[in-house]
Amino acid sequence: MLITLLPQRKRIEIEGRRRVADILHQLGLLPGTVMVIRGDELVTDEEVVEATDSIEIRNVISGG
Amino acid sequence: MMKCKRCRSKAEVQIRHHNAAFCRPCFILVFQRQVQRAIEKHRMFTPEEEVLVAVSGGKDSLALWDALIELGYHTVGLHLSLGIGEYSRTSRTRTLEFACRRNLRLITVDLEADGGTIPELARFTNRPACAACGTTKRHEFDRVAFENGFKVLATGHNLDDEAARLLGNVMRWQLHYLAKQAPILEPTHERLARKVKPLYRVSEYETAVYAFFRRIDYVVDECPNSVGATQLMYKDALNRLEAAMPGTKLTFIQDFLTSGRSAFSAAADDTPQTCEGCGMPSFGALCSYCRLRREVENKQRAWETTHTASDGH
Repeated sequence: MLITLLPQRKRIEIEGRRRVADILHQLGLLPGTVMVIRGDELVTDEEVVEATDSIEIRNVISGG
Repeated sequence: MMKCKRCRSKAEVQIRHHNAAFCRPCFILVFQRQVQRAIEKHRMFTPEEEVLVAVSGGKDSLALWDALIELGYHTVGLHLSLGIGEYSRTSRTRTLEFACRRNLRLITVDLEADGGTIPELARFTNRPACAACGTTKRHEFDRVAFENGFKVLATGHNLDDEAARLLGNVMRWQLHYLAKQAPILEPTHERLARKVKPLYRVSEYETAVYAFFRRIDYVVDECPNSVGATQLMYKDALNRLEAAMPGTKLTFIQDFLTSGRSAFSAAADDTPQTCEGCGMPSFGALCSYCRLRREVENKQRAWETTHTASDGH
């Protein structure tokens, strides 16, 4: 799967299908600090992202 | 499949601290109800009052403005162009687009026009950019509200902002700040508006989700000056606690407001005087903004004198 991290505009690839919670854990991201977006929808932690999917992980924490 | 707590259809978002999941339409409804409840509980303003909403172009302020409109309140936006390069240009564009699409009244203040951009203020005073930014924003919000006759000023501070601020105030035992930290601040000077934070009970995640569901095109990029900001460290610490114990942030704020805050009331600042420079509230002869501007003017003059002299050689 192809993952785009925002706002860093960084792209990474992960092999195989994974649960959202496992993807966040692998990337060291805490739940509630990012939105996981597939197409026009948010995906919850329990959902599975297929190997052929593209998702966006968007940070929601801002400072200042 | 995770189901919506209200309608049992497929959930699109999970809110851990409420131990609930929602579909898109139900989340939007629940979010707006939370905002409405905060406004009514703290008597922030009435549907008859006109509210000046400070909008940066980020998710929180635009989500707040959108929710207030949907709830039927009378609002006018206020945007400050801070002069922080591309970040400020994008912020301004997003805010203007939001206002134009919904045909809303927006007041804009361009700090570049009067030579007081945040990078300039920070450069000439050797202060952190965030300190100059906070002082400038507070002053300009108060000034515009006063000059345009607004009695209520709303900002998009969310639960995470308030919890991080509370943690920071506790870590340094800032008693007078603890005494003043609240979702509503009544005016203590004839030129001040009532300051309200209708999003204080909703998390940063919820405001981002609301903005996404409402298709609000907000600035995703972070302010370049916020890299390494102390507030982000406090937020990170709180988010780690929240991940292990959902509800920590909400309880921290709610219990402070109901049980903790009153213990610090004796430390509240006295009633402000009037600034000799601008006529706005001040705790000295000059307010902190006028002191900042004077410092910049003096340093600019000294810099120009030095460079004119060296050009002459």
